[in-house]
Amino acid sequence: MSAILPPAAGGSAAPDDPAIDTGRGAGLWRNAFVRLRRNPQAIVGAVIIGLFLLVALLAPILAPYGGNDLPGRTEITPTTIPGPGELDGFPLGLDRFGGDVLSKLIWGAQASLLIGVVSTALGLAGGMLLGVLAGGFGGWVDNLIMRFVDILLSVPNLLLAVSIAAVLGQSAYAIMIAIGVSQIPIFARLLRSTMLSQRGADYILAAQTLGLSRRTITMSHLLPNSMGPVIVQATLTLATAVIDAAALSFLGLGGGLPQTAEWGRMLTYAQAELAVAPQLAFLPGACIAITALGFTLLGESLREALDPKTRTK
Amino acid sequence: MSKRVTSARGAGTARSRATLTAGISIAALLLTGCVQSEREEDAGGGGDSAVDPTFVFAASSDPKSLDPAFASDGESFRVSRQIFEGLVGVEPGTADPAPLLAESWETAEDGLSTVFQLKEGVTFHDGTPFNADAVCFNFDRWYNWTGIQQAETTSYYYGSLFRGFADSPEDAVYESCEAQGDNEVTINLAKPFAGFIPALSLPAFAMQSPTALEEFSADEIGGTAEAPSLSEYALGEPVGTGPFMFDSWNVGQQLELSIYDDYWGDKGQITKTIFRIIDDPQARRQALEAGTIDGYDLVAPADTQSLKDAGYNITPRDPFTILYLGMNQAVPELKDPLVREAISHAIDKQALVDQTLPEGTKVATQFIPEVVDGYNEDVTTYDFDPERAKELLAEAGYPDGFEVTFNYPTNVSRPYMPTPEQVFTNLQAQLSDVGITVTPAPAAWSPDYLNQVQGTADHGLHLLGWTGDYNDTDNFIGVFFGQEKLEFGFDNPELFTALDDARAVSDRDEQTELYKDINEQIAEFNPAVPLAHPAPSLAFAPRVTSYPASPVNDEVFTEIELSE
Amino acid sequence: MLRVIGKRIALLIPTLFGLSILLFLWVRSLPGGPATALLGEKATPEAIARVNELYGFDRPLIAQYFTYIGKLLQGDFGVSINTGRPVLEEFATRFPATLELTIIALIFAIGVGVPLGYLAARHYGRLVDHGSVVLSLIGITVPVFFLAFILKYLFAIQWSLLPPDGRQNPRINATHYTDFYVLDGLLTGEYDAAWDAFLHLILPGLALGTIPLAIIVRITRASVLEVQNADFVRTARAKGLMERTIRGSFILRNAMLPVVTTIGLQLGLLISGAVLTETVFAFNGIGRFLRDAIFGLDYPVLQGFIIFIAIFYALINLVVDLSYSVIDPRVRVQ
Repeated sequence: MSAILPPAAGGSAAPDDPAIDTGRGAGLWRNAFVRLRRNPQAIVGAVIIGLFLLVALLAPILAPYGGNDLPGRTEITPTTIPGPGELDGFPLGLDRFGGDVLSKLIWGAQASLLIGVVSTALGLAGGMLLGVLAGGFGGWVDNLIMRFVDILLSVPNLLLAVSIAAVLGQSAYAIMIAIGVSQIPIFARLLRSTMLSQRGADYILAAQTLGLSRRTITMSHLLPNSMGPVIVQATLTLATAVIDAAALSFLGLGGGLPQTAEWGRMLTYAQAELAVAPQLAFLPGACIAITALGFTLLGESLREALDPKTRTK
Repeated sequence: MSKRVTSARGAGTARSRATLTAGISIAALLLTGCVQSEREEDAGGGGDSAVDPTFVFAASSDPKSLDPAFASDGESFRVSRQIFEGLVGVEPGTADPAPLLAESWETAEDGLSTVFQLKEGVTFHDGTPFNADAVCFNFDRWYNWTGIQQAETTSYYYGSLFRGFADSPEDAVYESCEAQGDNEVTINLAKPFAGFIPALSLPAFAMQSPTALEEFSADEIGGTAEAPSLSEYALGEPVGTGPFMFDSWNVGQQLELSIYDDYWGDKGQITKTIFRIIDDPQARRQALEAGTIDGYDLVAPADTQSLKDAGYNITPRDPFTILYLGMNQAVPELKDPLVREAISHAIDKQALVDQTLPEGTKVATQFIPEVVDGYNEDVTTYDFDPERAKELLAEAGYPDGFEVTFNYPTNVSRPYMPTPEQVFTNLQAQLSDVGITVTPAPAAWSPDYLNQVQGTADHGLHLLGWTGDYNDTDNFIGVFFGQEKLEFGFDNPELFTALDDARAVSDRDEQTELYKDINEQIAEFNPAVPLAHPAPSLAFAPRVTSYPASPVNDEVFTEIELSE
Repeated sequence: MLRVIGKRIALLIPTLFGLSILLFLWVRSLPGGPATALLGEKATPEAIARVNELYGFDRPLIAQYFTYIGKLLQGDFGVSINTGRPVLEEFATRFPATLELTIIALIFAIGVGVPLGYLAARHYGRLVDHGSVVLSLIGITVPVFFLAFILKYLFAIQWSLLPPDGRQNPRINATHYTDFYVLDGLLTGEYDAAWDAFLHLILPGLALGTIPLAIIVRITRASVLEVQNADFVRTARAKGLMERTIRGSFILRNAMLPVVTTIGLQLGLLISGAVLTETVFAFNGIGRFLRDAIFGLDYPVLQGFIIFIAIFYALINLVVDLSYSVIDPRVRVQ
């Protein structure tokens, strides 16, 4: 499901765009930002993410009902589920449990944001720890860590997440942890390889000549300069986390209340009603896809902007 | 008995189905009474020549084993019922015993010995004659199991109904089998067992070919492996006397049976039966709509109406089920009878049925369906009255309500509980209306949920239920409340003794009265809230004009009528 | 070459060894422990104690591990709790189905992905290019099981064009030798059976192939973009070589290297996708069986299948590495 996405080279920001500051003084990040602003892909991505964040954070104000409320409980029967526009006060209709679909979609944004951020943070933190240890120290530490990472990578990502979730039991936290941990090897390997490629760089040689300690070099020079690809990957992981969470829900590893306002969960329960009420599947499915799209667009534009190959020399 | 068994059982109205059919096809009208000769003429008469004699039914999983004696799950039994027959069958459309391989039987006064008169001229698929020796071979086979063959995971039904084996004769219900000539056999029991005859209608006690059992080492299970492994017989060599013979089994894909040409009874229209394995309920519906299958079981409540509208035949079974809300008295709040009464008053069963359970479901007042002996019309009931519930809570010392764990299973569909999540959310909302806050504790059905609810004291309110195997009161309430159980967390010696005594009574009328009293006793003690008797349904393609729906799933495909 | 293969396989051993330790510890940390997982709903405290004793779950962990690894080395992966059959046999009977599905998915992904990516690069910034970018984004962002649902809903249910589930129509009489149904049909001359099996592969193949398709399109596009401006291409043009030769022998061939790597990587991911796709299409492969194993916590199956998949994955990577030297003679495998 998730993996390191390949670079989409030859992006829309043409290399010889005169507006890009090619001066030596401009920092990598500032330069990247300028390039991002000129990339329509990035703008679309940013708008989607902006809207998503807005909805997620303002859910208590925007949603007519609470996420787990069942305001339409008395309106449903096993054979009837009011669809969009069929019932006053529920513009997108009700779901199988009697929840208001609109409210649940809005609250679902918050749940997805939480799952995305927590699991990505977990994967990032774990991956950075392993990556820095491996890339910074090298030698047997590197060997040991990378063998461990290899073992984890030899198991397909989704199976890894499922195995972790099986141990943790059914809960929302289990899903976050499972997705997060299953991302660790990807981050670790990425960070290590970037750090290794930076090792021979002039500024590192310079720092070594100055007699700086290995720790200082690793933490103050090597790490900050290797963060670009990692941050790109983190943005992309936000997208896959939302999708993977849905997949884990689909495999029955959710937890909490069945009516929990979470897109993956809504999609899972909607399967049983696909023939009767397809909107129950299509709406959350579309939300997942659009959010994932936003993060993907942003992540890729960021990669392009940071990629030395597409930058003017 | 086992809750596992129930994956595909339920109830149906063969009679009402047949009535419906009569209006549709003249042929069906002739067949309603199962007049064999007419059906055969009909089939050969050219009128039905266009009928596709292959019947494809979607099973929710592979059978666990083709040897029914070592099986306890619904899908294994569904297949066994086509291949095997027992001494005793089931009266169509009911849960009562009827003659099958035994044409008649007589039980002695003391209830300890029963003489069966066997049907003549019956042969197993492999040509072995069915006779008194074959019957004794089967009974002795069960009795002489040892080691892993006795494990609950293998011989669940024999173990739980006949209690003991040859190496533990002090517990055993069975004693011996005597063949008198070819067609008369006497079974001697060591102790009275009121449910003996109805129990024999279970596929687990079907007659199997002694030759095949020996040739394919049916009892060689377990071996060195961790979980019990299957014998060669159970994997692909089952031989019975039933209308269908085993053909092939492509695990996970499909299992094929074909008609046994020398079957003693009516062979019906179908010559080939294919069980297609489709585990997802929605996928089963789609396969029906796409025409790959002719029918499937346990239709989701949401699908019944839309399938009906699209011209498919929905066949409900008569409910032979019970769904209840258990109240674990190991939880201090739930130990208080006032609280349990409050919970009972807080629940609007009718609303629950209307909003979450399939059409045909009946509201429950006690723990047995109406057709079972001992059903008490005048049992104490707790009507929906939220105000009364709040008063009772206040009286019990919880004026502002309290918090309690509510365990429910996920991703599972049982005949008595097609959509547990929906039942849970509905009850949760009803309880919160009277101030009871529930902490949801979802778990995967097996092993997590069952282990939590039945194997530990660590649960509060919980959803569980039952589908009866045959008409036996003890098969319901005896299972639930016959002994101290972690599930309910109470010790009520009076109730336990009453149930024990009732089980040992051999006079049926006397027993029925005792069970009526016990049902009242349970209602007053109120250990759980009986919610509903859900009715599971089957769905069929339009060409299937009649299906012998049975409350206990005794559905043999020779009874199916096809129109094209 | 042989030495290289031997070395790579030797390197696989510590990984598998580590994996076996992790899997062993994993089972021991399952809630309720292995005894509960084994007994299922019939677990009573006494039964659990009996099983623990019988199977030695009460012995020290190290001793248990050596028993476990000893059995593995003898090819004994245990028996599935769900079906009562040996895990190895379960894998062997289902793997051909998944492989067949995976191959169809890959053929689709490569067959559409490479030309599309190539066209997108050649017509950089034009409609084809934008179209391919949008398509690949959809492929990446739509959850695979959701896509499977949509495909099934439209093509099988609404329009009844293709079968909704399974590997073959139950009413077709087919002979099976290899468990590759299409191949079986072709070998036995039962062409209708082969065709029917192929029809059953289309929808799940499409659903499963979308993610690799998306990724292959992007890689090909990026790679061709890079190569077509490379110096040697300019030189070739300057030399006046035919455009067809330039595109075929220079651009495409040189652009293929990263594409091949990606295809190899995708095979592993396809297994994850198969768990979801096979579930939706009731397709009897290892994916669906794994899903059932996850539901029922059938740990011998999970343990065994994960090891098999890891081996398969490693072998694929080896093949990919070896194929480099075929595509690009400059690369020598070390």
